[in-house]
Amino acid sequence: MSSTRTAVRTHWVAVRAMLIFTAVLGIAYTIVVTGIGQLVLPAQANGSVVESGDEVVGSSLIGQSFTDADGEPLPQWFQARPSAAGDGYDGGASSGSNYGPENADLIAAIEERKAQVAEFNGVSADDVPADAVTASGSGLDPHISPEYARLQVARVADERGLPETEVAELVESRIQARDLGYLGEPTVNVLQLNLALAELG
Amino acid sequence: MNVLFAVIQAATLALILALLYRPLGDYMARLYSSDRDWKVERGLYRLIGVDPRAEQSWPAYLRGVLAFSVIGLLFVYVLQRAQAVLPYSLGLPAVPEGLSFNTAASFVANTNWQSYSPELTMGYTVQLAGLAVQNFVSAAVGIAVAIALVRGFARRGSGTIGNFWVDLFRGSFRLLLPLSVIGAIVLVIGGVVQNFNGFTEITTLAGNPQNLPGGPVASQEVIKLLGTNGGGFFNVNSAHPFENPTAWTSLFQNVLMLAIPFALPRTFGKMVGSNKQGYAILAVMATLYVLSLTALSALEAGGNGTAPELAGGALEGKEARFGIFGSTLFGTTSTLTSTGAVNSMHDSYTAVGGMMPMLNMMLGEVAPGGVGSGLYGMLVLAVIAVFIAGLLVGRTPEYLGKKIGPREIKLASLYILVTPTLVLAGTALSFAIPGIREDVEATSIWNPGVHGMSEVLYAFTSASNNNGSAFAGLTANTPWFNTALGVAMLLGRFIPIVLVLALAGSLAAQDRVPATAGTLPTHRPQFVGLLIGVTVIVTALTYFPVLTLGPLAEGLN
Amino acid sequence: MSTITTEQRAADASASPSQRPEPADQTPKGAFGAAQLLAAVPGAFRKLDPRQMWRNPVMFIVEVGAALTTVLAIAEPFLGGPDSSGGSAVPLSFTWGIAVWLWLTVLFANLAESVAEGRGKAQADSLRQTRTSTTARLAAGYDEATDAAAERTPLRDVSSADLTLGDTVVVTAGELIPGDGDIVHGIASVDESAITGESAPVVRESGGDRSAVTGGTRVLSDRIVVRITSKPGETFVDRMIALVEGAARQKTPNEIALNILLASLSIVFVVVALTLNPIASYAATTVSIPVLVALLVCLIPTTIGALLSAIGIAGMDRLVQRNVLAMSGRAVEAAGDVTTLLLDKTGTITYGNRRASEFVPMPGIDAAELARAAALSSLADPTPEGSSIVELAEQRGIRFESAPVGEAVPFTAQTRMSGIDLADGTVVRKGAGSAVIAWAEASGRIASSVLDDLAQRVEAISMSGGTPLVVAVQDGTATSTAGTARILGVVHLKDIVKDGLAERFAELRAMGIRTVMITGDNPLTAKAIAAEAGVDDYLAEATPEDKLELIKREQAGGNLVAMTGDGTNDAPALAQADVGVAMNTGTSAAKEAGNMVDLDSDPTKLIDIVRIGKQLLITRGALTTFSIANDIAKYFAIIPAMFAGVFPGLAVLNIMQLHSPASAVLSAIIFNALVIVVLIPLALRGVKYRPLGASAVLSRNLLVYGLGGIVAPFIGIKLIDLVVSLIPGF
Repeated sequence: MSSTRTAVRTHWVAVRAMLIFTAVLGIAYTIVVTGIGQLVLPAQANGSVVESGDEVVGSSLIGQSFTDADGEPLPQWFQARPSAAGDGYDGGASSGSNYGPENADLIAAIEERKAQVAEFNGVSADDVPADAVTASGSGLDPHISPEYARLQVARVADERGLPETEVAELVESRIQARDLGYLGEPTVNVLQLNLALAELG
Repeated sequence: MNVLFAVIQAATLALILALLYRPLGDYMARLYSSDRDWKVERGLYRLIGVDPRAEQSWPAYLRGVLAFSVIGLLFVYVLQRAQAVLPYSLGLPAVPEGLSFNTAASFVANTNWQSYSPELTMGYTVQLAGLAVQNFVSAAVGIAVAIALVRGFARRGSGTIGNFWVDLFRGSFRLLLPLSVIGAIVLVIGGVVQNFNGFTEITTLAGNPQNLPGGPVASQEVIKLLGTNGGGFFNVNSAHPFENPTAWTSLFQNVLMLAIPFALPRTFGKMVGSNKQGYAILAVMATLYVLSLTALSALEAGGNGTAPELAGGALEGKEARFGIFGSTLFGTTSTLTSTGAVNSMHDSYTAVGGMMPMLNMMLGEVAPGGVGSGLYGMLVLAVIAVFIAGLLVGRTPEYLGKKIGPREIKLASLYILVTPTLVLAGTALSFAIPGIREDVEATSIWNPGVHGMSEVLYAFTSASNNNGSAFAGLTANTPWFNTALGVAMLLGRFIPIVLVLALAGSLAAQDRVPATAGTLPTHRPQFVGLLIGVTVIVTALTYFPVLTLGPLAEGLN
Repeated sequence: MSTITTEQRAADASASPSQRPEPADQTPKGAFGAAQLLAAVPGAFRKLDPRQMWRNPVMFIVEVGAALTTVLAIAEPFLGGPDSSGGSAVPLSFTWGIAVWLWLTVLFANLAESVAEGRGKAQADSLRQTRTSTTARLAAGYDEATDAAAERTPLRDVSSADLTLGDTVVVTAGELIPGDGDIVHGIASVDESAITGESAPVVRESGGDRSAVTGGTRVLSDRIVVRITSKPGETFVDRMIALVEGAARQKTPNEIALNILLASLSIVFVVVALTLNPIASYAATTVSIPVLVALLVCLIPTTIGALLSAIGIAGMDRLVQRNVLAMSGRAVEAAGDVTTLLLDKTGTITYGNRRASEFVPMPGIDAAELARAAALSSLADPTPEGSSIVELAEQRGIRFESAPVGEAVPFTAQTRMSGIDLADGTVVRKGAGSAVIAWAEASGRIASSVLDDLAQRVEAISMSGGTPLVVAVQDGTATSTAGTARILGVVHLKDIVKDGLAERFAELRAMGIRTVMITGDNPLTAKAIAAEAGVDDYLAEATPEDKLELIKREQAGGNLVAMTGDGTNDAPALAQADVGVAMNTGTSAAKEAGNMVDLDSDPTKLIDIVRIGKQLLITRGALTTFSIANDIAKYFAIIPAMFAGVFPGLAVLNIMQLHSPASAVLSAIIFNALVIVVLIPLALRGVKYRPLGASAVLSRNLLVYGLGGIVAPFIGIKLIDLVVSLIPGF
């Protein structure tokens, strides 16, 4: 067989193989997994949405901003981390800041955030935890550290006219321990905390 | 970072992988050694027109690999270009030519570099019919090539190294597909979405609008990791809560990335008839892995650098649920396996910490490397180590009874030349060609100064080594990067494959020299140490000068 | 500049090893002295020719770098002085310093090769003298059938250079043999010292395995007729000259493979050097070309690149020093790989002669009587066996006050017995059992019980690997027992295994080499000797065909086989073996078939040959490892220096605390050059080889050359830096 014919034949085999793979691995496989997900685990498969009343107010997995239309933080809500996704927590444009460790813009931003968080919560800049002044990788981080949550207790309680201890207790009860006791870091889910807070009044 | 928790987490991972090592490795050895086809497979072979029992010489095997990859390249390219008319495209337009080429090259080469933001560029059909399919088959091709090389060691005086189509089908259908179905369900349990809902607009608690994305994520996520592909469904990859919702799913994703690459040494040992040889290769891979993980974790926990020190920790670009160790573990796994998925932004790592993912890739993706490619890369380095060690004991070097002569060394030498040349030439050209340099500086580079150089260096390192991760600040969707990185990915994938298959053919044709007391034992600690040394000196040290100009200059000032 | 002093230091350093006493197992003639070094200098310069350098890619790169740096150094005064590099100021003499040391690097490499070749050259010169044309007396029209001695054939004088294959010449005492050939008629003693260095003459005769003569050797006595077996210019001496000069040296597979690896490592670093400035231009500032060249030269494996060919030449030379000529480098390398050694029993494992070890009397016979009779029968026996019987008898207290009167009966193939007929009529015979019994029975029937007893004794001796020699006596008429012959007993002749062989075979076993004894003895005897000598296996009652079969079988199993041989019927096996060592005393067919010739004709040398082969490979491996390991320290010297001006923080990487960037770069280059000189003796002598298992050898060599290769340059560069920092401007 000539080499051209061999090559043509081999490519023809490849085309047919690719069609089979597309049908099985692309289409059939996706449909099967989707079917199982939708039938057995519909809540997770559809984004672990959380509702307030009858309204879907978000996903427990996707962080959201608690700011006003101008992007100013609303003091009655626990605040999430800074976000580089779109204008902040844009679910359609996940992104980190990608600033390098010596990037002047990042350094300026951290300084600014630090001052802002400190002033906003009436604490010393030295007490501001790292997660409060750094953007997450996804820009959709639903969590903050327990330290950052505790830092906000006084301000939120004050703003909502709630006893500080009650809010503090709420925060403590909402701290998610490490998975299995040792995986990852202890966190507080901001949306869920705020939902619970809203129920508190 | 709590050191104790970190150690327990790493130990958990090690334990799971240790439990998988034998059953998975043995399963793959049986899978690729058996001459029994399933009935449905026989039907499929008839359909595509191949005789599954026909053994191939190395050129024929290579023709199969290349033809299949060329067709794959065309498929993915055409799908992207036709996106506007495809169903489930979320209203997205056709992908531009340059980006289509880059993406097609990227997925066919098992790199999964993404010059684009997926949720803004790719509809569901392209993602599942184009990209997910390549996630399976490019991985199966990598394993097939590795198995062909192993057969070269195992066979005596044989003119053939297996049948590519059989290896491809078995790897896809009997290995990757079943594991993916199980893995996908596990991920859905953890919260990874799996739907065709598109974007759902909701109003947040604070009353702002938010778009919640959907998509068949879990099905693609699992093979992205299992096949060490790394192309995320979303822009931020495994940092996205819908791809990787919890700390335990993150650990699970580590397992998915490492399972096959770390079990392949077992397959190798089994097929060459000495499990000890498998353990030796495993020991080399594992040692490098542990060293790298330790270094990155220490560096990130140390948090050196102006911004991290100011913030009080290197948390920029890291998710709260993973913490520092969850991020460095994932980053290490991803860059040492040629996966390239990220659950934290490498661009924002501390300066020297950011060097570690680069170094991991510069090792040549061998510890444990990509599925298949890690094993064959390590075996090529072992050939070089054996050559030096063989001389040191006064014997014409032989590995597993195969003499390492001029031809074998020529192939291995060319192999180790490929990626450093691509990486350095690509990076240098980005700055040497005047028109391109301006574009790179003005458009692509995100962080100014030496960090910007690191972004370009990282891009070419990632592309040439088929990793796919990025210092993601770099805007790579430009004509230069789409083309240059596309070419680097293809050459970085297929030149080594040509060399490896040639090596397989050359080894298979040899008889096996019986081992005597004078034969260099290749399963003892000294050899493991030597192989580690060769890997570090022959590959990573080459990059020392450029690393000095990038991360080291940034981190040490 | 410190050039002169450091150069002297280099010379001193290189000279010192030769003053050390050579270990016993090293080549005695392999010393490496200052005189040799001097003699090699012109050759080193001649080798700078780029057309020659091109063959060694690593050093070629260095030469190109040296040339480039020199041009820059010359141009600098006109172009306005040295540029600063990587943000650091560079002293005036810097470029010149680099240029000079790069040239020295190349020269040192050439010097190594030159010295290695020089040793062969001296030997070649003395060989060449033997090749000077002599007059040959050609017996044209010689016909072996009618005039074997060529006495009636007319002789014609021709120049030895005109002799061709198939010519027949006559050589008489005092004449030089004009060409290689086989004696077709006559016997002569020949002085072969020109070739072998051995002054004692050897006997050469027509027929059999001692018929070959070598051109250039001198006939001392008698007259021989020789058929020429070599073409002009292709004689043994010609080939020897080519071999020792290294002219015929072809790269061996291993050397080629290593060269490829080194070339590829070099190319990688060329890429590193070429791409550095474009990258640096964005991130920092570019480095000057001399610094870039210095970086390149330090990173490519110059140490092994410089010494590789010297190692190969020296390896061949080590064989020549031991009077072994390898017809190809490939054979030397194969010797290192040998896994099966075929050793002829006689001459290799045992002394050529058997010795009496015991007298075994028959029942009722006094051992002393047997000893006395055996000694009597051997007094006139000139063979070593005979004298060993006398010696043994003397040890047992047998003395002859006066020489017995009688007639000695020598051994003949017909009688297969020897002995003595004494004047008193007593007849003593010793010999093979069947012959002696037949002789004894001729004088009267022997009781079957006696025969049984004898058979028992004979069997026992055979089983133990010995040769039984039956002794019988027919007493003279003067005695009472006159008449019937009596069987007295058996002398146990024993093969004497050479001393220390068992240990050497154990060494070989540790090296992974299996020894197989080849013998014509019966399996019983063979087994016993094999056990005593400690060989792994034996081939008994071996014919040349059996030998060939054995080799093929071993090779089919993937083994590499080495053997020695001298006879024409060994030729096929010699040709088949991976390493076939022909004895110089052997036939030309054997010498043609083998790929090595042992001029001393010592079969035991096979073991040395294996050792030299291994040593050659290990030396290459050791220096390669050392060379590559050196890179780490060089990186730490040069890299921080290159960009210290722009990034002062990189000083952290300057772990050697080198004085200044310029001095760091220059020190690394100087170290790189000097290490070549320091290692020349090692390259020529070969690293010490210990017969251990592969694992132990690897551990040791990795420790010495791997770890040593990492550590040594840190110390070396630091020391050189201390000197260089004294130079103003650095």
